[in-house]
Amino acid sequence: MSVLVGTGTRLVVQGITGNEGTFHTLRNRAYGTQVVAGVTPGKSGQDVEGIPVFDTVADAVRETGATTSMIFVPPRFAAEAILEAADAGVHLVVCITEGIPAKDMAQVHSYLAVTRSTLVGPNCPGVISPGEANVGIIPGEICAPGRVGLVSRSGTLVYQIVHELTQRGIGQSTCVGMGGDPVHGVGFVESLALFAEDDQTDLVVMTGEIGGDDEERAAAWIGEHMTKPVVGYIAGFTAPPGKRMGHAGAIVTGSKGTAAAKAEALEAVGVQVGRTPTEVAELVATALA
Amino acid sequence: MDLYEHQGKDLFRASGIPTPRGIVCHSGEAAAEATRELGGRSVVKVQVQAGGRGKGGGVVLVDSPERAAREADRMLRDGFGGLPVTRVLCEELLSIAREFYTSILLDRSTGSYLAMMTAEGGVDIEELAHTRPEALRRVHIDPMLGIRTYHLRALTGVLPPEARALAADVLSSLFRLLGEADATLLEVNPLVLLEDGRVIALDAKVTIDDNALFRHEDLEALTSAFPIDPVEARARAHGLQYVKLDGEVGVIGNGAGLVMSTLDVVKQAGADAANFLDVGGGASADLMATSLEVILSDPSVKAVFINIFGGITRCDLVAQGILGALTRVEAHVPIVVRLDGTNAEEGRAILADAAHPRIVPAATMLEAAQRAAAFANGEAT
Repeated sequence: MSVLVGTGTRLVVQGITGNEGTFHTLRNRAYGTQVVAGVTPGKSGQDVEGIPVFDTVADAVRETGATTSMIFVPPRFAAEAILEAADAGVHLVVCITEGIPAKDMAQVHSYLAVTRSTLVGPNCPGVISPGEANVGIIPGEICAPGRVGLVSRSGTLVYQIVHELTQRGIGQSTCVGMGGDPVHGVGFVESLALFAEDDQTDLVVMTGEIGGDDEERAAAWIGEHMTKPVVGYIAGFTAPPGKRMGHAGAIVTGSKGTAAAKAEALEAVGVQVGRTPTEVAELVATALA
Repeated sequence: MDLYEHQGKDLFRASGIPTPRGIVCHSGEAAAEATRELGGRSVVKVQVQAGGRGKGGGVVLVDSPERAAREADRMLRDGFGGLPVTRVLCEELLSIAREFYTSILLDRSTGSYLAMMTAEGGVDIEELAHTRPEALRRVHIDPMLGIRTYHLRALTGVLPPEARALAADVLSSLFRLLGEADATLLEVNPLVLLEDGRVIALDAKVTIDDNALFRHEDLEALTSAFPIDPVEARARAHGLQYVKLDGEVGVIGNGAGLVMSTLDVVKQAGADAANFLDVGGGASADLMATSLEVILSDPSVKAVFINIFGGITRCDLVAQGILGALTRVEAHVPIVVRLDGTNAEEGRAILADAAHPRIVPAATMLEAAQRAAAFANGEAT
């Protein structure tokens, strides 16, 4: 078993006919993901290298039994794409798109609470369960199947840390890129809860960054509920207050959201926090030895 | 993006929220003239995208046009808190009975809106929430349902009875403005009850969601008033994510998290980064070259650290981009390059073949940071 995506995932790609959509769909399929459909309004009846394209997600679900959606739709249409997927009954929606207005995401967040759909992202690299399925843009070749779960706000930090783990012979059960936006779907707490229940995961690595209080809430949850060891990393110790560091959500507001406060909150509940990605990998290796 | 107070107040007025009469001035002379127009006395307020103006001499009551001119000249000459100042706001003096605080913001923790109100004006709100939480009313508002009368009753209930009805009007208007302008924060500190019974916004802090600017041409136009670092302007023109910092190591990386991490590792190696620059995913040779040109145009840069973890980005293209850039601009400082991930070996081979005297290859992120720090600190050549 793994979490969120696996051998049972049947993927529909919204925005499959765009450059990025096509490129990553084919990479995901080459990795072994069951890609069953694509959606681009007005292009039903066409196909992308044998993957049938539909006008709506509802059509795709009805015709192919898709269970998971991946979204590569431009930011101004992406919030609607998430709502459409939820209404079509897709269980998991992975939204890669960066740049969606926060107001649109707040509405999506409110609506999803009354549906059965789970959202990962937006502004995220997706989810990979090595050896089983890849839904998103994480390069599959740097991962290896194994028993460490990962959850991260940053995409390239996932790559960096996964790479360091794989080089040390430590594989991963699932890597969750939760995304760098202020309003997002699955976060640290939800991911930790999934990993805690997953009998293929022995240890979890969580990598946070400045801004918001996702890491502080994760620390509170770990203190009360977590049954497995957690190793942490926080990026942005040197980030000045009031400056947005690339990600929409990566900003220290007043005295809130600093890397130091986050690391302290995690350490207070027994999480070992590495000061560099390399140190994180070393801490994992030591904890598993 | 954070608006100037006077820009925020323009939005307030257009939404029916009362504000003092005010005139934007770009010189001491104009401030004197404005103060005459406002009855010979005024409040001169420095216009910067930062808080703490009251404590730092950025807000001054003046009782003559001459005084107004002197204060405005001082602000325009000295700047504020290290920021350049291009304008001040002169406002009418009002008879204030009571000061309050109110704000509505996008609450990241819940994905909904959070409205707050307290009868204590001019306070540090984080401090108050910590020391006397009972003095601060907090109400979460569902973005689909909007602000309701029971929300307004709960929030204004903390105010004296004579201010409640008008404060509720202000809150309703603020919430409408929040949605219409795609704001993530509207803060009024203080909101005041005047001796004549009016309730009026004495200050305006407005943050607009950058991601929503595509549907607000009028708001995007306001950015032309903001001072911007020339290197930052150049980076932005090329669509690069760039933030100017205080150190000497120019940093280029792919992905916001990796770049932030790179800044931290440079610090641990004993130097400070000169900037944050994210070339993004799938960086082309041309974008890489542009990034390097931008960094090298910053006179404070004494060494460059390029940290690429290729996922979608291909390291061979990055290597070509670096060499391409060096045919367009002269590198006066060493460039430490760490390539890993997709096509890293090809990329490293391209750099090795070129054997450019300024390029210093490094095997790991840590080693690269140490090399770059040593160059920046003059400990290596």
